[in-house]
Amino acid sequence: MSLEESKSKFILNEYGVANANATDYPGGFSCEEPWSHSKFQKKFRIEMVRYNKTEMEFDLIGIHAAIANAFRRILISEVPSMAIEKVKIFNNTSLIQDEVLAHRLGLIPLKADPRLFEYKAEADGEPTEQDTLEYELKIKCTWNSSAHKDATHPDDLYRNHNVYSKHIKWIPIGGQADIYKADQVGPVFEDILIDKMRPGHELDIRLLAVKGIGKDHAKFSPVATASYRLLPEITLMKDVEGELAERLQGCFSPGVIALEDNGSGKKRAKVVDARYDSCSRNVYRYDELKDSVKMARVKDHFIFSIESTGALPPDVLFVEALKVLKKKCTTFLDELREACAEK
Amino acid sequence: MGKLTTRGKADVYDEYDARKLGEPIKPVEDKWKLVPAFLKVKGLVKQHVDSFNYFVNTEIKKIVQANEKVLSDVSPTFYLKYTNVYVGKPNVEEGFDTTKNTTPHECRLRDLNYSAPIVVDVEYTKGTQRVVKKDVTIGRMPIMLRSSHCVLTGKSEHELAKMNECPHDPGGYFIVRGQERVILIQEQLSRNRMIVEDDRKGGIQCQVTSSTHDKKSRTNIIHKNGRYFLKHNNFQDDLPIVIVFKAMGIVSDQEIAQMIGTEEEVLERFCPSLEECLKNNIYTQIQALKFLGTKLRQKRYFSASSKAKSPADEVREILATTILAHVPVKSFNFKMKATYMALMIRRVIQAQRNPKLVDDRDYYGNKRLELAGSLLALMFEDLFKRFNYELKAIADKNIPKVKAAQFDIVLHMRQDQIANGLAHAISTGNWTIKRFKMERQGVTQVLSRLSYISALGMMTRVNSQFEKSRKVSGPRSLQPSQWGMLCPSDTPEGEACGLVKNLALMTHITTEVEEGPIVRLAYNIGVEDISLLGGDEINGPQVYMVFLNGNILGVCRDYVRLVRVFRMMRRGGFISGFISIYPQHQQSCVYISSDGGRLCRPYIIVENGRPLVNQRHIDELVQGQRNFEDFLNDGLIEYLDVNEENDSYIALSEELIEPNVTTHLEIEPFTLLGVCAGLVPYPHHNQSPRNTYQCAMGKQAMGTIGYNQRNRIDTLLYNLVYPQAPMVKSRTIELTNFDKLPAGQNATVAVMSYSGYDIEDALILNKASIDRGYGRCLVYRNSKCTMKRYSNRTFDRILGPLVDADTKKPIWRHDILDIDGIASPGEMVQDRQTLVNKSMPTVTSTGSSGNPKEQVQPEYRDVPISYKGSVPSYVEKVMVSSNTEESFLIKLLLRQTRRPEIGDKFSSRHGQKGVTGLIVEQEDMPFNDLGICPDMIMNPHGFPSRMTVGKLIELLAGKAGLMEGKFHYGTAFGGSKVKDVCEELSRHGFNYQGKDFFYSGITGEPLQAYIYSGPVYYQKLKHMVQDKMHARSRGPRAVLTRQPTEGRSREGGLRLGEMERDCLIGYGASMLLVERLMVSSDAFQVDVCNICGLLAYSGWCHSCKSSASVSTINIPYACKLLFQELQSMNIVPRLTLTNYCE
Repeated sequence: MSLEESKSKFILNEYGVANANATDYPGGFSCEEPWSHSKFQKKFRIEMVRYNKTEMEFDLIGIHAAIANAFRRILISEVPSMAIEKVKIFNNTSLIQDEVLAHRLGLIPLKADPRLFEYKAEADGEPTEQDTLEYELKIKCTWNSSAHKDATHPDDLYRNHNVYSKHIKWIPIGGQADIYKADQVGPVFEDILIDKMRPGHELDIRLLAVKGIGKDHAKFSPVATASYRLLPEITLMKDVEGELAERLQGCFSPGVIALEDNGSGKKRAKVVDARYDSCSRNVYRYDELKDSVKMARVKDHFIFSIESTGALPPDVLFVEALKVLKKKCTTFLDELREACAEK
Repeated sequence: MGKLTTRGKADVYDEYDARKLGEPIKPVEDKWKLVPAFLKVKGLVKQHVDSFNYFVNTEIKKIVQANEKVLSDVSPTFYLKYTNVYVGKPNVEEGFDTTKNTTPHECRLRDLNYSAPIVVDVEYTKGTQRVVKKDVTIGRMPIMLRSSHCVLTGKSEHELAKMNECPHDPGGYFIVRGQERVILIQEQLSRNRMIVEDDRKGGIQCQVTSSTHDKKSRTNIIHKNGRYFLKHNNFQDDLPIVIVFKAMGIVSDQEIAQMIGTEEEVLERFCPSLEECLKNNIYTQIQALKFLGTKLRQKRYFSASSKAKSPADEVREILATTILAHVPVKSFNFKMKATYMALMIRRVIQAQRNPKLVDDRDYYGNKRLELAGSLLALMFEDLFKRFNYELKAIADKNIPKVKAAQFDIVLHMRQDQIANGLAHAISTGNWTIKRFKMERQGVTQVLSRLSYISALGMMTRVNSQFEKSRKVSGPRSLQPSQWGMLCPSDTPEGEACGLVKNLALMTHITTEVEEGPIVRLAYNIGVEDISLLGGDEINGPQVYMVFLNGNILGVCRDYVRLVRVFRMMRRGGFISGFISIYPQHQQSCVYISSDGGRLCRPYIIVENGRPLVNQRHIDELVQGQRNFEDFLNDGLIEYLDVNEENDSYIALSEELIEPNVTTHLEIEPFTLLGVCAGLVPYPHHNQSPRNTYQCAMGKQAMGTIGYNQRNRIDTLLYNLVYPQAPMVKSRTIELTNFDKLPAGQNATVAVMSYSGYDIEDALILNKASIDRGYGRCLVYRNSKCTMKRYSNRTFDRILGPLVDADTKKPIWRHDILDIDGIASPGEMVQDRQTLVNKSMPTVTSTGSSGNPKEQVQPEYRDVPISYKGSVPSYVEKVMVSSNTEESFLIKLLLRQTRRPEIGDKFSSRHGQKGVTGLIVEQEDMPFNDLGICPDMIMNPHGFPSRMTVGKLIELLAGKAGLMEGKFHYGTAFGGSKVKDVCEELSRHGFNYQGKDFFYSGITGEPLQAYIYSGPVYYQKLKHMVQDKMHARSRGPRAVLTRQPTEGRSREGGLRLGEMERDCLIGYGASMLLVERLMVSSDAFQVDVCNICGLLAYSGWCHSCKSSASVSTINIPYACKLLFQELQSMNIVPRLTLTNYCE
């Protein structure tokens, strides 16, 4: 392994990552190469790979792992979102316990844009239109009088025996009705099963949603998950042909290794695209193939993926995360400045 | 012959097999399907139910028949005869003589007994008239759930649901006073069998514990000073054996010698005994009886009947009835008994020559299991006898009296004696049988409802009668004959280790089978009656002695034929399938057993090197055209008990069948494990103690209890909010329905080290997982109160909430009360708040001076039922009902929801328990390429020393199962193979070893090692910090000693114990010692008189009558108390005080 290589790549050996604890990270503070803004500007790239309303995959290239990880961490735990925090139960005759019902309701993702709300000043304070959204869940299960005599399926026998998130109704506080529409603040999905009931069971519940962060409770996390992986790199050290080539192909994810004709009618393996390899390292199972492949991952190429819960699109979430980080930085700088001034 | 022809049809299937005789036997696919078929017929607790059914339907009739007549000493014409007895349907008494059918759940909720009336038909004399009366209730019988008399039997799932009953509930227990109680299976040495063993002095003795319906006695043949003696409790001394023979009427020495055996060595050893008899000058039966009469143990009290007899007559009576009571003696013909005794001596002599012939007490063929039915039968017979005795006493007393109405015995039959006797025995577990002088404690236990498995596990528990404190290894160690009968893993640790066992999955316990037909069959096959034969013929070398249930039946020349025909008849269904027969070659005996309590197990019969069950049978089974009974009836499968198993050659699998040797084939090897051990995936890869640990822990796991868990109001009930079926199942899990009533969750586990909070098996939990509901549990507790009526016509009352005069609101304590004075459902209850505002009259008994006419308004005292506990609960539901005494019964169900916290205990299914060491934010958790964060991190140091390879495989199989969307199997001795699982993983792009590339959540950089990660089924155990944490500064003190109270429940202090005290003494920290032991505990100021040294009071010495030299000192209150107590015993402790500084 050359020095250059070990600087820019993690080498995946059979039993471990060879240089996981190396301090010289590209873009890091190594002694030889001081970090420079211009260099970073030149190297740093973002490439969008996949994007839709709830999911996004993009590449962060030329950045230190600490920064990429900071985004991931902030996305998970510090970007705010709205979630149901208080549940006022007036009546719950269904089988589900009050606490469990409240817990389930809390985990329902809401469409409301957290940027338009403020954090609640104090936990037990009066809800205001700036910091709270109010909902109502009022539903009663009854016998379906028009059901066929021989019907046995619950869907035919009862009305409202399944309580879904669509049954949650928004109640505007103050002037909220002028600003939002019901479908802007309601649950993201309308088919989330909340409770199952039987005739006579009834729910009469007021729900209060507030703004919060994932650190407080996972329900406030705006992402299902945000994560990254490093770009895999596969190099064939020698020619692999014939049956071995096919076996080699099977050791990687589909589309990673292609077989091409080497002219003499034998198949020869060729790396096409290592990006989507799952890095299963299953090549190392075969002694014959062990030495012909080198697996590595590029240290500063992060394949970032964000899965939003639905309140905000993933790109907006990323920008929000950036804002949070920026705010942290400015706060820190302010603190430093203050500390210096005091001295 | 009808059934034999069906056998013929079965053979047709094998027709074409003849050509392929040389080929290896193809294993029958899905042979394991016989196991569910077996369980469908037998059920998991069938042994209990079968035994109870036998008692309630058959044995109770026999008992009543045996005690059918009640006669009176005063009137020769009086008699009472029971003509029939039966047990009715379970009901409850509502008011006067009105009954209502009931369901078990109603009894649970209302604290009632689930019992049915015992009804008899009687015939008796009333004056001179003969009266026949039908349907007279004499008592009530607690009914075992799912037994033949239970309302739940044969009901569909829907009908069960209507009765609030869970379809997976095994039954087999009783409900007494609302409490579910199990009669544990009791293990005993088998009765009426000879056991040759070493006695304490190194000699050999032969012991028989005889037991009949009304007698129990133990007879020993011992060897002392070269002679043989008979030892029995009724005699003071050991009886020279030859004299006993002579007393039995066998007076000729030749005859005695022939009975024992005429081999040279036998005679040589027996000779001194004959000589001894000569020395005593005893030649006739009368002489012998007289001689033995002198050895009789003196009775303490004389009853009228025994006084009339001479000692010789008494000896004769005892020889006939008490010694070897199970050997019948008809009109004092002792031939049978003498032969039996001779055989005992012969066995002792043989064992002395050949130590291999000494029997093994721990061998399971010599054990019998006593079940609910036989225990209840003992109890019922005792109660019934007492009932009859009392009826007789009443008759004796009342018949001579002249009254207007003629004496009618039926009016004196009281139900409550038998009813209360049975209910009391079950509810306390004290089994006191007067006629056997038997007193046993702890026969019943409360059914543990911690989890479904703990309830099931309790039903298969076998308790042995050994003392737990004794340090013996024999009865505790695993006996090879337990194989397949008792679970090798499931036993507790500690003092009961090896004494408490559990049945394996397919074990069946026999119930008694009638002897009559067997005797007839045996005689027809060629067994010769012993009474016609002389001693020499009996002991002949070619002759095999035939035993039936420990009694000599006769001798047989061709034992091979006897055994073969018997087995053929059994397979053909002509005799019960549970009769066992086996030859014992060392003793030249054939034993036939039909008694109850033997352990047995089904096996596939192998004939001519081929199993009779073939693929077609299994296919028919799968299609539902066959059931397990058909296999038995067609003679394809039979039950073998431990003894017969020892005479069989059983192949573990098809490949191991040896032609012409193998007799049976194992159905499925995993059935050798019990219910609890069956939950462990891949147990055959684990170190064996780990499986044992899991068996203990599976019972503490919370999850689901039954489908009716929400309708129950138990004292303590743990539930998981989101229980899951395990990713890696086993056949046993499916058979026991554990996947439908699970207790645990599949946690994604990363095996790696993280922080330092994971040492000593501690676990790291992901906070986001907890937020999303992992390990969340519900704890239910109940609160109960009854409103009683008192004899002075006062009764308890409940008042509404007390209203504060100023605010017009209820006071805080009564904040949650409804208008009726009972807390309303849904409310949050805090510490010391009132749940039921009950008050009780101050005077509850009728005052002797009080005038009954005078209606005084009674005074009431508040006795609120209040909530205790620092963590609030919610009222789930309130039940208002009435109990048997017709007083109001109020039950409240209180609920707590708990999320896992640091210190809560979790365990995997491999005996790997650990407490939560740290709860980590999701972003700090490591994550893999897919962005998956583990729910739990486990330290890899848990593996090397525990060697739980099964857990590693479970993780791998679970992970592969996730990818395929299916459950893998970790069945013992089978299950998904690691190779296949690895292949599956690599097919889905995962590393075949299950190790993934992870990034640190904190730095964001990759981890150096690949992390072994995947789902593992984790159980949350009932031990939670919240129930255990405790600290105190100042607090309550005990009244007597004024020392701090003890224990968490009383907010007690933490004891500075003896060893800690020793440390402080050793260190010389005397002031600290004083501070800990006195100042902070029970310091007390006392006045001491310096003159007399006694305690003075308020500066005045009462004995010196002066205050001249009284000084005040500090001593522990306990010390002062000791002085006073000593004084009260006339011991005078005197204190001599000196100045500290002098």
